[in-house]
Amino acid sequence: MAQRTHAVEHLETSTGLDNRKLAMWLFLASEALFFGSLIATYLLYRGQSTEGPYPSDVFNIPFTSVSSFILLMSSTTMALAVGAAHRGRLHQMRTWLLCTALLGISFLAGQAFEFTEFVHKGLTLSTNLFGSSFYLLTGFHGAHVSVGVLILLSLWVMALRGRIGQHNALNVELAGLYWHFVDIVWILIFTLVYLLDPLAEGR
Amino acid sequence: MAQTTFDGSPVGVLEALRQLRRQAASYQGIWSWIATVDHKRIGIMYGITAFLFFLAGGVEALAIRLQLARPGAQVLDQEVYNQMFTMHGTTMIFLVVMPLSAAFFNLIVPLQIGARDVAFPRLNAFSYWTFLMGGIFLYSSIFFGGAPNGGWFGYAPLTEKAFNPGHGIDFWALGLQILGISSLASGFNFIVTILNMRAPGMSLLRMPVFTWMTLVTSFLIIFAMPVLAVGLFELSFDRLFGANFFNPLKGGTPLLWQHLFWLFGHPEVYILILPAMGIVSEVLPTFARKPLFGYPFVVFSGIAIAFMSFGVWVHHMYTTGLGPVANSAFGVSTILIAVPTGVKIFNWLGTLWGGDIRFKTPLLFALGFITMFVVGGLTGVTHSMVPSDYQQQDTYYVVAHFHQVLFGGAIFALFAGIYYWFPKFTGKLLDERLGQLHFWLMLIGFNVTFQPMMILGLLGMPRRIQTYPTGMGWDLWNMIATVGAFLIALSVLVFIINVIITARRGQRAGADPWDGRTLEWSIPSPVPPYNFARIPLVRARDDFWHQKYREDEAGRPIPVVAGGAHQEHEEEHAQHIHMPSPSFFPLIAAMGFPIIAYGFVLADYALVAAGAVVLLFGIYGWALEPASE
Repeated sequence: MAQRTHAVEHLETSTGLDNRKLAMWLFLASEALFFGSLIATYLLYRGQSTEGPYPSDVFNIPFTSVSSFILLMSSTTMALAVGAAHRGRLHQMRTWLLCTALLGISFLAGQAFEFTEFVHKGLTLSTNLFGSSFYLLTGFHGAHVSVGVLILLSLWVMALRGRIGQHNALNVELAGLYWHFVDIVWILIFTLVYLLDPLAEGR
Repeated sequence: MAQTTFDGSPVGVLEALRQLRRQAASYQGIWSWIATVDHKRIGIMYGITAFLFFLAGGVEALAIRLQLARPGAQVLDQEVYNQMFTMHGTTMIFLVVMPLSAAFFNLIVPLQIGARDVAFPRLNAFSYWTFLMGGIFLYSSIFFGGAPNGGWFGYAPLTEKAFNPGHGIDFWALGLQILGISSLASGFNFIVTILNMRAPGMSLLRMPVFTWMTLVTSFLIIFAMPVLAVGLFELSFDRLFGANFFNPLKGGTPLLWQHLFWLFGHPEVYILILPAMGIVSEVLPTFARKPLFGYPFVVFSGIAIAFMSFGVWVHHMYTTGLGPVANSAFGVSTILIAVPTGVKIFNWLGTLWGGDIRFKTPLLFALGFITMFVVGGLTGVTHSMVPSDYQQQDTYYVVAHFHQVLFGGAIFALFAGIYYWFPKFTGKLLDERLGQLHFWLMLIGFNVTFQPMMILGLLGMPRRIQTYPTGMGWDLWNMIATVGAFLIALSVLVFIINVIITARRGQRAGADPWDGRTLEWSIPSPVPPYNFARIPLVRARDDFWHQKYREDEAGRPIPVVAGGAHQEHEEEHAQHIHMPSPSFFPLIAAMGFPIIAYGFVLADYALVAAGAVVLLFGIYGWALEPASE
């Protein structure tokens, strides 16, 4: 098991940080440049589309606000799961893990609905620069949420089988780090992609 | 072994794999290599694979030079010529210099910091297999209608489907994506290894410079690669799914590609050269029998280069019309980045100054590196000047410059490393006379090849042309350059002969054939699987040297009696060391990537799904297998 590596081999490290936790932070730092480049592409092409539909034609801000709220709430349940894991309250931990996964799935369902709506309104990947940069950015974010859901469900199944406990709460904590990062990226995306235009136009 | 049950999934297959793995621990032959997680074996596999790609890239270079030897030649037609220079550049950068550096990271870093392995041994194996899969995938494009032909920088919209139909560019974009995953994984792994796995007493400022440069390079990799990934994704989405990122008809701009590519591309130059600088910083002190002059300056100038490398990319784009302000700003930053580079060169000269120099092959290659790299660096400074660069843009002067840095620099230093560390891992010294012949042939061949290109560039010969008319004044220099290229090929042949002869009847090397300074020389050659029977306690920089020598009043080294001698009963102690178990899952996970990529290139989404299943199977098997038994 992975946690045995943790317990046996890396009891102490030169920095005192756990190997896997350090690796996760480095991975997230790298991901920051990945999303940074995607966001930069979106901002570069903002307002550059030569034909519609334009953002104001398709965005449904109230709807996306609700799905954004759902995703942010999932960070709360994730934090509760991590806390419960550290305190050894395994029943609570399982509940919060499942809650987080379900909230993530709700967000993804919202995104799927939104994408379908946009396609019906005539916005596809190849319609214009907005379509290309919007779908690539939010699509990759959605892919990250999906991976997160997969990790959470895997942890939940493992926890049900009694393979996640206080001694290896780090597994939950690492999933938490990843999940919070993906949420933070969404805050940026929601602000820069959905809210910037209405704010700039004073709507 | 901790028996775990994994029910509710394809139990049979997993159980069979477990069985295989248990046997793998006792396997001797090829299976023990396929399942290995030992950093030394992975390093050797990296080195051999990268060397084979070096031969492939070299053959491509020879084909290019044959085509250009005379005006109006038709050795290669235009399409094949484009494929040749694209594959030559892509191969040498992504399949030769980067993985050769990775080979040295693997072989040397754990030994230099006194560790038994890297932080994540299976992730390390995964990096290697992913690199191999990416290389094979890229080269398999030959069987799908032709290799990539858009240059190593793949400028969009030239590489868009409309202007470049066929699968070549798809193979290029997805192949680099796979290679990027490999580099990222090893980047994370080596940062964690170096920060976390150091032996007691090995503080950061006692670390050998090669380890330092590995750390810096790994940070560059994890910050530069994702930017390339986004550029490649955008290009792939344009080509495969009809997106518009670089489609001028819909307002897409070629500048976006260039910004993303060079924001990756310039740090990439330092990803290629910093490990080489690290190797040279190890070789020079050993053969001058002096500590590295100004150690903190060498370390901190490496860090400074890494920071600044993210702020110079526009010097690849002076002629794209970004305007005088952008050009001037990036011109200044480019001039500035020459300062920390110059600092290192003076430190190396200071190391040699007054040293008790022994001109062995590793030192010769290191000196070749310094001299050739200085020429490369200075021609680089001429590129930083905007008006001058306007003249040189896309001429052979640029070709000469970056070969001066990447061949005269990186490849020479990597050969220095090969000759230096070869005895550590094989127990045999490479033949010195053949080594010197290799060096001089390569140095002469290199200069005969690339100095004429400087002149050709200044005479106005553009890059990437398949042929040229006679009467331009280019004939003689092109012919000389071609002769030089074959001299280089001859020198590589001498190296191969040297390795074969050494393997047959090479001189046995002891643990410390060069009278080295760093920890890797304190353990037997070849290195036992567990590296250190006892984890060393580090008391100083160049700790092993200080075990062997103390200084008299004049600062001259005096041997310590029995200093640095090996402890006895090591074998006995070593029996109790637990090493990570072998695993097949890294290979299985890595095999998923090319399957997914073939699926996308051929628009066969069943294949994509199959690849994803293989990848997920590898990852889950990996996550759920017991780590040690």
